[in-house]
Amino acid sequence: MAAITLDRIVKKYGDGFPAVNDVSLDIKDGEFVILVGPSGCGKSTLLRMIVGLEDITDGDLSIGGTRVNDKAPRDRNLAMVFQNYALYPHLSVFENIAFPLRLAKGKHSDDEVRRRVDEAADLLELRDHLERKPANLSGGQRQRVAMGRAIVRQADAFLFDEPLSNLDAKLRGQMRTEIARMQRRLGTTTVYVTHDQTEAMTLGDRVAVLRKGELQQVASPRELYEEPVNLFVAGFIGSPPMNFLPAQLEGTTLSLPFGAVEITPDVAERARGAEFLIAGLRPEHVEDSETLEGPRRDRGVTFDVDVDVTEWLGNELYAYVPFSPDERVAAKLAELDKELDGESMRHQMVVTLDARSRVRDGDRARLWFDPASLHLFDPSSGLSLTRDEDRAREIQVDSEAMRQQALERSRAHAEAVGQGAPA
Amino acid sequence: MSTGEKVLWWVAGLAIVVYALFPVVWILSLSLKSNAGLTENRFWPSEVTWSNYQLILTGDASDLFLPALRNSIGIALIATLIAVVLATLTAYAVSRLQFPGKKLLLTTALAVAIFPVISIVTPLFNIWRTIGLYDTWPGLIIPYLAVTLPLAIWTLSAFFREIPWDMEQAAQVDGATTWQAFTKVIVPLAVPGVFTTAIIAFFLAWNDFVFGISLTSTDASRPVPAALAFFTGASQFEEPTGATSAAAVVVTIPVVIIVLVFQRRIVAGLTNGAVKG
Ligand SMILES: Nc1ncnc2c1ncn2[C@@H]1O[C@H](COP(=O)(O)OP(=O)(O)OP(=O)(O)O)[C@@H](O)[C@H]1O
Ligand SMILES: [Mg+2]
Repeated sequence: MAAITLDRIVKKYGDGFPAVNDVSLDIKDGEFVILVGPSGCGKSTLLRMIVGLEDITDGDLSIGGTRVNDKAPRDRNLAMVFQNYALYPHLSVFENIAFPLRLAKGKHSDDEVRRRVDEAADLLELRDHLERKPANLSGGQRQRVAMGRAIVRQADAFLFDEPLSNLDAKLRGQMRTEIARMQRRLGTTTVYVTHDQTEAMTLGDRVAVLRKGELQQVASPRELYEEPVNLFVAGFIGSPPMNFLPAQLEGTTLSLPFGAVEITPDVAERARGAEFLIAGLRPEHVEDSETLEGPRRDRGVTFDVDVDVTEWLGNELYAYVPFSPDERVAAKLAELDKELDGESMRHQMVVTLDARSRVRDGDRARLWFDPASLHLFDPSSGLSLTRDEDRAREIQVDSEAMRQQALERSRAHAEAVGQGAPA
Repeated sequence: MSTGEKVLWWVAGLAIVVYALFPVVWILSLSLKSNAGLTENRFWPSEVTWSNYQLILTGDASDLFLPALRNSIGIALIATLIAVVLATLTAYAVSRLQFPGKKLLLTTALAVAIFPVISIVTPLFNIWRTIGLYDTWPGLIIPYLAVTLPLAIWTLSAFFREIPWDMEQAAQVDGATTWQAFTKVIVPLAVPGVFTTAIIAFFLAWNDFVFGISLTSTDASRPVPAALAFFTGASQFEEPTGATSAAAVVVTIPVVIIVLVFQRRIVAGLTNGAVKG
């Protein structure tokens, strides 16, 4: 059990390229933190610096209050699950899991090793496979062996580097919940690298978004979704991703490609002087006005658009609405898209409509959205103009309270079951 | 595969086997012929005799052959052992660590490996005589190392490169020292590579003739290939063909045994299942 503190961590590789730049992050004891970002943004590098496989160029890393920059991996008492599992092919599953215990020579008697491995195997349902070799296991089983090796020893923290990326979609879903359950139960500090949206949003207490080695925002999934600090975070979190639309402000009237909306005076004040703006609208915040009823409809605005293509998925309907942006905005959007690993070739807005919607390809449809759900960004700095700090703080307090409750519950549960929370 | 193709493969395979085995069988046949039989102009001996083997193992030629056999086995084994141990450590460093001069080391090793052996024999002869290594075991082991080490380093580093880095890093995170990670994870995985290298190194030393004939003068260190050249016939006018053939057959036997024993160890695909993808 330990808190992990990163203080202005920098990593420069041999070629001088800063893979991680000035990252500060406080990971609390027992917290589950996700590192997320597009490919090559430095997630693995950061994780490997924490575990000690990569030297830290600059900055301080402490675990449980002690600076560990110069400690070898084995002296940091952390457990890591690698993307490709890195099981020892010449050892049986039992010996793979027991490996860390065997290395701590003389510390554990044979009986104790057996007991601990059995315990881990029970937790991961590996009892029947203990005598087999990794080569004969399925992907999911190998993954569980790798986790077994991590939990068998009472490590101060677990580090995961995209542990599920080699599994197929269904298994990935199962293992995801399994990891969440295990972390809650053991209450061990966990850092988890992924570039999967769902994993990032569902697993973590907090999510740290990285871009080109720099930390963009560290917040609960809800805060990231509702109050992103900049264009990058807004575009990265959410699936399908947020639509970015060119916008022009006159007074408090914002004109979008599909019509004009009124915004609040403070936002207008903050945006003053900008020649053009980028508006962000999440697909799921747009509705077909036909399927909306009552008071909710009155809170929003409606506008008519030409729908290009639709995709009916059963539970919802995606509709694609083309638009043609101003050249300057187009350049900015293309750049952003590239950063986000996107490949969109055309400018279009995606909206997620109710599955009952009767909108189909080529229709002219009347769509609805609530202007309060609109985000506004300054295109030059990328910063959000609509972020509400007070609300962000509320969400923070709320999420922390929920985390504490969950920890309490797991402790209480552990005591009730009689196993006692691990020391 | 169609039947036609199959037939083609069989014919081609058979041709290769015959081509490769013909000299071996020829020597075997020669070694079983009596002196008179040698001039008979037929492939198989008309009458099988063991006299050639008696000659080299217990007879007149045994004074020449048995010490040479002992030298060959001892020198080749020691050279192999040293080469494999040193090459394992070197190859590990080469494949895992970044250090200044790594490229230079590898190129030098390669250069030495392809260097014509004959051109260093004369200088070595002079140096060995001066420093007293002439006609001693170390006097042969050292040049053999020069030949086998580069090859061993190259083969082994190819093997080490195949072993995923992650495995070793996982071991370090699990609490292993660098040495423990090496001995408990890397070496077991590299075993097939180590055995392959050992076989190659052994053959190189075992088959050498140039060093063996130039750097030795007596029983003290002369290896079999060199000793064969000193066989004499029963009289001045007789070629020692039969005895030489018998000796050649005898020295082939250890090689065959070694290949058969080590072959089992060269289990391909040992790393299967370590990592996915
Ligand atoms: N050994 C290295 N030497 C030089 N540059 C490196 C090295 N390892 C990584 N990098 C660079 O550092 C940057 C970050 O790499 P890193 O592996 O941390 O990315 P990542 O976020 O984990 O990406 P992915 O999602 O693809 O795994 C990349 O630009 C990469 O090219
Ligand atoms: Mg990575």
